[in-house]
Amino acid sequence: MSANDTLNRVLGALGDHVLKMEHPSERRVYLEIAPETVYEASSVMFREICARLMIATGIDTPGGIEVLYHWALDGDDCVVTVRTLVSREKPVLESIAKLCPAAEWIEREIWELLGVEFEGHPDLRHLLLDDNWPTGDYPLRRSHG
Amino acid sequence: MAKRTIVPIGPYHALQEEPEFFKLHVEGETVVHLDIELGYNHRGIEKLSESKDFEETVFLVERICGICSTSHPIACVQAAEDAGEIEVPERALFIRTVVGELERIHSHLLWLGLAGHFLGFNTIWMWAWRFREDVLNILELITGNRNHYGMMKPGGVRRDINDTDIPAIRKLLEGLQDPVKMFRDAVLEDPLIHARTKGVGVLSLEQATAYGALGPTARASGYDIDVRRDHPHAAYDKVEWDVVTTQNGDVFDKAVVRILEMFESVRIIEQCLHELPAIHGPVDSDPPFISPGEGIGHYEAPRGEVFHYIRSDGSNRPVRHKVRAPSYMNVPTNRETVVGETVADATIILAAVDPCYCCTERMAVALNSPGGERLWGAQDLIRMSCEKTWKLMDETGLQGPRPPAFDD
Repeated sequence: MSANDTLNRVLGALGDHVLKMEHPSERRVYLEIAPETVYEASSVMFREICARLMIATGIDTPGGIEVLYHWALDGDDCVVTVRTLVSREKPVLESIAKLCPAAEWIEREIWELLGVEFEGHPDLRHLLLDDNWPTGDYPLRRSHG
Repeated sequence: MAKRTIVPIGPYHALQEEPEFFKLHVEGETVVHLDIELGYNHRGIEKLSESKDFEETVFLVERICGICSTSHPIACVQAAEDAGEIEVPERALFIRTVVGELERIHSHLLWLGLAGHFLGFNTIWMWAWRFREDVLNILELITGNRNHYGMMKPGGVRRDINDTDIPAIRKLLEGLQDPVKMFRDAVLEDPLIHARTKGVGVLSLEQATAYGALGPTARASGYDIDVRRDHPHAAYDKVEWDVVTTQNGDVFDKAVVRILEMFESVRIIEQCLHELPAIHGPVDSDPPFISPGEGIGHYEAPRGEVFHYIRSDGSNRPVRHKVRAPSYMNVPTNRETVVGETVADATIILAAVDPCYCCTERMAVALNSPGGERLWGAQDLIRMSCEKTWKLMDETGLQGPRPPAFDD
């Protein structure tokens, strides 16, 4: 499948969810979606496109906290990154762990390191940090001392 | 209802190269639940990386793991090259492939030795590690180091492979063929190993897909993924080789995939060494800076895909550097594979994903049963696993290892 076919298949499946698209090379696609559509968009990527969740990345940016879901399309030599931005004051996203357990650990990690709440996560507790880590202290936030 | 006992393996335990805490919930002999705790070796490498420039970052990620010490650098430099749209000279692509495949062979031999040890086959352990030395010698010849090769940099590699060294590398490589065949026959045709590993710790294709399993753990379940083929990089699309998959998803199939992959690695390296003298030119495009942007690099490490994401703002340091090692995806699959199995099999099942955290191997653990405190050390678990092998020998009359008794 050519790079354009791959892109059209993904865009067709995600439809109006996509707010913005970047296509820096044939092998990389970056799509921006609204935070409230994360579960639906992930469901499309996992179930319809049959993409593999490589991992998610959380970044504290000046505009808020960005969460990127990296999906590998192994048959098409393409990585599609679906990104969304949540406010630093109320960072909430719907958990996709019930969709694919591959997301369970990384959501716990982003929760403890960046303070993003994942609603509906089956077991949202510390992964890397100590259980007694102070509440509200997020090591990957820019404000962290 | 049977009493539930928690058998803790870890945080420091001889079954693991690194600290991690598995809590096996056991009723009688059967494992009914597994809880996994991480974080004992969290070093904050992603945050540290933000304080390094792009060249230093490569040395930092090389130290994530001593065994995969070229997989992380390859993925890292590919992420920087993706962000900065940097070209890499062809000769460097072949050298990356050679070093990456040598690492795969030494890692698989290391695992094979450990797996043999856990099952009571200490001869396999000794032989596998003896021939691993030859691979490390080749790596030392090429890179100057047995591990932590310091070869990768954005835009290429740091050291060339001299044409004059190639005959010596070839000779050592040829010497590996027969030992690997011996391991293949010893493991794949031994009825006792069949009895201990076939149908044990099965991961289904559906489970492998849902957990995002990677590498031999995925391929043993028929999940046909390999970054080297699916997302071509380095010189993997310029040589002939096959992705090894099997269908059963048990411990035996995971061993089969790893052993057969060593033959493919030798095949890849031989072709690269054949091509190298004819490829002239530099081994480094020496990029002056990484332009603003974001990039993804992934490489098929011995345990599966290593993933790096780098965001650059045009300065000489990454704004964000995300790293995901394959064990991060593979270790949770133990929740599916170990439940329903016996404690004696838990050792080899947990080891079958080839978990890799870092390099601390210490003692084991205490605790706990309703009837009184009991100590379960690493030796206890390895002994239970070995005893199962011996019991099978008595029951079936099969010949196999009978090492000296463990010291209490």
